[in-house]
Amino acid sequence: MIRNTLPASLIDHPRLDQWIAFEPGGTVRLSTGKVEIGQGVLTALAQIAAEELDVAPERLRVRSGETGRTPNEGYTAGSLSIEVSGGSIRLVCADVRARFLDAAAAGLACEAGELSVADGRILRDGQETGLDYWALAGRVDLAREVRDTVVPKHPDAYRLVGRSAPRLDLPAKVFGAPFIHDLAPEGLLHARALHRPWRDARLARFDEAAARRAAGGQIDILREGDLLVLVAADEAALAAAAASARETAVWEGGEPPDAGLNEASALEGLPAADRIVDPGERPPDEPARTVVARYSKPFLAHGSIGPSCALALFADGRLTVWTHSQGVDPLHRSLALALGLDEAAIAVVHRQGAGCYGHNGADDAAFDAAFVAMRRPGRTIRVQWSREDEMSWSPFGTAMLIDLSAGLDHDGRPVGWTIIITSPPHGQRPGANGGVNLLGALALPEPLSNPVPLDLPDGRGGGATRNAVALYDGPQRVVHRFIERLPVRTSSMRGLGAFGNVFAIESFVDELAAAAGQDPVAYRLSLLSDARARTVIETAAAMSGWSADDAIGAGRGKGLAFSRYKNRAAYLALVAEVEVDEEVRLHKVWCAVDGGLVINPDGAVNQVEGGIVQAASWTLKEQVRFADGRVATATWADYPILRFSEVPEIEVRLVGSPHEPPLGMGEVAQGPTAAAIANAVARALGLRLRDLPLTRERLLATMLAEG
Amino acid sequence: MPKLIAFTVNGQPRSVEADDDTPLLTVLRNALSLRAARFGCGHEQCGACTVLVDGEPVYSCTRAVGTIAGRAVTTLEGLGTAEAPHPLQEAILAEQAGQCGYCLSGIIVSAKALLDRAPSPSRAEIAAALDPHLCRCGAHNRILRAVERAAAALRAGTAA
Repeated sequence: MIRNTLPASLIDHPRLDQWIAFEPGGTVRLSTGKVEIGQGVLTALAQIAAEELDVAPERLRVRSGETGRTPNEGYTAGSLSIEVSGGSIRLVCADVRARFLDAAAAGLACEAGELSVADGRILRDGQETGLDYWALAGRVDLAREVRDTVVPKHPDAYRLVGRSAPRLDLPAKVFGAPFIHDLAPEGLLHARALHRPWRDARLARFDEAAARRAAGGQIDILREGDLLVLVAADEAALAAAAASARETAVWEGGEPPDAGLNEASALEGLPAADRIVDPGERPPDEPARTVVARYSKPFLAHGSIGPSCALALFADGRLTVWTHSQGVDPLHRSLALALGLDEAAIAVVHRQGAGCYGHNGADDAAFDAAFVAMRRPGRTIRVQWSREDEMSWSPFGTAMLIDLSAGLDHDGRPVGWTIIITSPPHGQRPGANGGVNLLGALALPEPLSNPVPLDLPDGRGGGATRNAVALYDGPQRVVHRFIERLPVRTSSMRGLGAFGNVFAIESFVDELAAAAGQDPVAYRLSLLSDARARTVIETAAAMSGWSADDAIGAGRGKGLAFSRYKNRAAYLALVAEVEVDEEVRLHKVWCAVDGGLVINPDGAVNQVEGGIVQAASWTLKEQVRFADGRVATATWADYPILRFSEVPEIEVRLVGSPHEPPLGMGEVAQGPTAAAIANAVARALGLRLRDLPLTRERLLATMLAEG
Repeated sequence: MPKLIAFTVNGQPRSVEADDDTPLLTVLRNALSLRAARFGCGHEQCGACTVLVDGEPVYSCTRAVGTIAGRAVTTLEGLGTAEAPHPLQEAILAEQAGQCGYCLSGIIVSAKALLDRAPSPSRAEIAAALDPHLCRCGAHNRILRAVERAAAALRAGTAA
């Protein structure tokens, strides 16, 4: 008997009824701790459940991200939802189906093996038995633990999994108002906090009279410590007052960020603790030559199109918080600590926000709303940040410096690599370091301790060290120079360290190939033994019509890059084609992905396409800037992103086998996109740009420097 | 001082009591409970709040409601419903042209204005018309295809 290795979510929540219930009206309730953040995960999880239960997908009702009512699955992050939640649902539903067949067999005095299920109806030798899941529900106890011996369906038998399914959430977004921003219960009060512009800043003063005048009506002002919150019944009046308070606020203390932080090179001068991630082996021979290069990426903004929003109601001693957080359970715990409330008195409920690409302001906005709700019981409090709030107070994807060197032998093969990553933390979510990590909570008069941030451990894919090890042959020494504290907050953003590391490593491999006088595609293949890695590279190259003979410096060029996300999730290679004159124009991207079994192919392709566009935007345009203690990129005018007329044509091909386990795909495109563009630019120009973003200014500076 | 301002919304006469300079977006979302137009930036920079005024796309986040008196406003809700969708809504669903979907309502009404004046736009013309709209999830290519699909459906419908 083969025992399944249970996914983490199932070890924590082994009872079947924590996941599945058959409800009156012929529907199936699926509960998951994972949440919809624009990636289509609930559609894919419903497909898995419908497949294993043998019910029509339309029967599924998904409950997602409600503390106490859905399994605590931590954060919806790390491209793990299909592997962990999907893997759990697959086993749970297979077990539920088996238990119902056993119950039916007992009633029919036959063997369970004679029975099958068609859209929830139990058939015996293909004939109706009159029984179905709903009729039998009272006779099957789902308050049982999942059996680790349960046998889920063989992939060859799949009818729903592996076929494209339309997104369950999309119709509501095309016809109506499905977002947390759209909740409007009776008696609502609007609130807006003024958060500290940098770590440890103290609110010295603000012009209260001016804020009241700007509101032009009744406004309620709460001030505790360095946290200021304005509350009003009228949203427009509140917005005017908040803008006034922001303008007149004077902040003191701490270390205001300035333009010195704009470039990643600023990290070099900061105190850092070195950690050897991989000592590497000492190369056996002295290299024939050594190639050295430094790459960098700047601070990046999440830039969700909808600002952070939350609602909260404190009534009869109970607090309910509606949030678009990536993790209702971790937020629940942090709110309880920060507010001094019993966890049992708090419910945190997920509602969809605008696209979420990592740790943004959702949790902080939830605290803002909860803080006011506790002080104004009986009224629902709604917080919606302004655009400036969103761009200034959401954590940033951190700047990084990546120093690479490699010795090459006489054939141009690397005999040893050194990779040194200088980076602040990529993980400061609520609870991440044992701290509450909520902006408002840390500004209160007697804040809870604010422990030193930790980066994500290597065992969980790493933060700065994500994809720090190249999958190519040759011993590698990897060092992380960890910068603990900055004046600004940095945390998880799509791909974490993988974006910078893959940009650097895959740019560097092209530089090594050039040093070895070899075609970059052939060079990669000569250093890779993993067949799946080779397949995505060969496929992307073939899709693009790759030729080793393409001219260098012709103003137009193709570049290829590859990675396996986290070195253990999906494999991806892509080719970017650019044209470069005064600026870089990205024309086309050809991409091959191996994510093993893909639940919803169109959904996966959509995620990869979106990842490519977003990463292209990061690569070509984006850089957070600071000036005089504030974020100087607080509107879209100062922080441009890729627009419709700038988006490349994209072809994505899924090349994985359905017989391989599913591998997370949501973040796999980020790093390779940057490197492929940089490699294409290098071919188009005959010049290498190593510092992101690849703007007109950077191009000119590099051209001047290289003369 | 608040005053009574009358205009039509999605073909229905409506009047609201509001200050002249209250943003149209706030009036639509709060006073009229039409919440498909979304707040994104408040600076005419992202297009999430776009509605049509007399058929032309406008940023409702900064448009003073006082300037709307006597005019005709169209929001996403006025285009179609799940039961009777507009070809643009059908096309977005057919192409699965969205991820988070926050930008879609503004994009759909802008695309309607485009197709009303140019029934056979090129891909480049569609992109140019949608350039005022930001999408952070990267659904652009699907959205462009959806607008082309809707244009074809509308032309076929007109011809039929």
